[in-house]
Amino acid sequence: MSTHERTITIRDAINEALFEEMERDDQVFLMGEDIGVAGGVFKVTSGLLERYGPNRVIDTPIAEAGIVGLAVGAAMTGMHPVVEIMFCDFTTLASDQIINQAAKLRYMTGGQCAVPLVIRTTMGAGRRTAAQHSQSLHAWFAHIPGIKVVLPSTPADAKGLLKSAIRDNNPVIFFEDKMMYNQKGPVPKGEYTIPIGEAHVYRSGMDATVICTSSMLYPSLEAADRLKEEGIHIEIIDLRTIKPLDERTLIKSAQKTGHVLVVDEGYQSFGVTAEIAARITEGAFDYLDEPVRRLGAADVPVPFAPALEDMTIPSADQIYSVIKTMVS
Amino acid sequence: MGSKESVLPPAAELTDDKLLEMYYAMVRGRRLDERMWVLHRQGKVAFHISGIGHEATQVGAAFTIRQGHDWVYPYYRDIAMVLALGMTPRMLMLGLFGKKEAVSSGGRQMPEHFSYRPSKLVTISSPVGTQIAQAPGTAFASKIKGSDEVTVVCFGEGTTSQGDFHEGLNWASIHKLPVIFLCQNNQYAISEPINVEMAVGHVSDRAKGYNMAGVSVDGNDVLATYDAMREAMARARHGEGPTLVEAITYRPVPHSSDDDDRTYRSREEVEAWKKKDPILNFEKLLYKRGVLDDAKKAEIEAKVMAEVNDATDYAINAPYPAAEEALYPVYGPLPG
Repeated sequence: MSTHERTITIRDAINEALFEEMERDDQVFLMGEDIGVAGGVFKVTSGLLERYGPNRVIDTPIAEAGIVGLAVGAAMTGMHPVVEIMFCDFTTLASDQIINQAAKLRYMTGGQCAVPLVIRTTMGAGRRTAAQHSQSLHAWFAHIPGIKVVLPSTPADAKGLLKSAIRDNNPVIFFEDKMMYNQKGPVPKGEYTIPIGEAHVYRSGMDATVICTSSMLYPSLEAADRLKEEGIHIEIIDLRTIKPLDERTLIKSAQKTGHVLVVDEGYQSFGVTAEIAARITEGAFDYLDEPVRRLGAADVPVPFAPALEDMTIPSADQIYSVIKTMVS
Repeated sequence: MGSKESVLPPAAELTDDKLLEMYYAMVRGRRLDERMWVLHRQGKVAFHISGIGHEATQVGAAFTIRQGHDWVYPYYRDIAMVLALGMTPRMLMLGLFGKKEAVSSGGRQMPEHFSYRPSKLVTISSPVGTQIAQAPGTAFASKIKGSDEVTVVCFGEGTTSQGDFHEGLNWASIHKLPVIFLCQNNQYAISEPINVEMAVGHVSDRAKGYNMAGVSVDGNDVLATYDAMREAMARARHGEGPTLVEAITYRPVPHSSDDDDRTYRSREEVEAWKKKDPILNFEKLLYKRGVLDDAKKAEIEAKVMAEVNDATDYAINAPYPAAEEALYPVYGPLPG
């Protein structure tokens, strides 16, 4: 770590991004359930109410459709609302405002209006909160033209990408993995942003490529470490953004290694892994030594009991085993 | 509101034995709930969401419901209610641990997502308010079938901000459906006090907008809740339409085991409400009427604690589901 960095958690990195963007632009304001006095149920918005007051940090009623509807209305006037929906499972309640309104208004008005809206929400299982608090629904939104979908995995990326999202003139859904808030990592001091739409080659390798999203970076790294001891060198690409998708980086890596595994915490069927597999097949078919492999969440509602929940989510062991069968 | 003890004489059908059953039901809910907190603090379970303080509302309501005949969409805090409607302490403890034998889901669903077909208890939803749209559908089905079933749907006041609240009440009133909307107003939507949630003084004020009967009662008074629910039941049962019942109570504990309520309310406020504890209120009345004395009270406590201990031991020793049970029943029936 250089002297230009310090180590902080993802929670603090996001909190810093919010502070800095609210300081930079007084059109930025926050809305959500329990985000003010309580500082958010995951404590991501701590201190913001005290600093910016109740006109810019708004505790809302439990009304997801209303919250996003209001934010769309404000965004159309040029404000930059940053909305928190406690769990992405609850975005379903606001789905018309997101899918039919925010995503389409620019197009439907021939470009006369923009919706510079950020929806921060949580994804990911492992917290023992079952079917309606643990889903990873990012693929749904990536399916819809007009929305950008960002899902960082490190503190530095979380901060830099959230700042870009807030400055973006389009609706952006920003997924935070609820089990990663305490994840620490180096974050640059001072002002910086990370552009939306660029994947990050987290680790270079020649033998196989693992393309992962959000928290799936960590079991992927664990598996790669074990494989490295066996002399197998894995290239790890953290997507960071799924819409727009950095297809070029993925295809380049696939052409290099010829073996690709995609790991994502969304349901496997019709999800991110399927889309990436298709893109790589189209872009690097002649270079592939075998079909693109996929690991997603099991196609079941996320269960509560620990043993049940754990078996539905991709693990380091699974990633390790799949790669072993690929390269041997 | 502000109750010390009920000002109402018990309804005629509430015999001394019935009153003692109500008291037992309240104590049973409380002690089981307290044990669940302990198990969470001991690190033995992942999560608990509590109904402490809501027992008068829940038991008062439960005693007006025809168990196994009427449909109930419980609130996630309805521990005392579902116990009074046929679930057992063992069932709830098994659910808390996510054990295989848990009747609500066999460990698939969160603990207080009560689901118990024999008592027609319909499962909870984590995104709140969805049941308020569903309950009129259940009531509609009863009406079409010519049944005199009534549907009771329970929720907190925070949930009344959701669009589903409007849609459900509007429908129910248009079609004069046999449904009771029981709002357990405990003053907080997690951290947000009622003045941040709504501009009306009482949730029941909203009934007017739907041309529906609406009433607010002291939710810490089991007899007051019972009376209001009994009237709503009669209305529903006789085809006279829905009622919005608001039981005003308080949540003296954090929202859930993940919450720290010290960040958003004063200890003085919590202590003041604890003095209006619904079980203490009811005890006073029962002592005064000579229905309860120290010996009977001790007997009830002992009986309840035996059940709580039994449920705890049973659940701890019960097996967890096997990992592969996670994969069904997404479609179709359970295998075997």
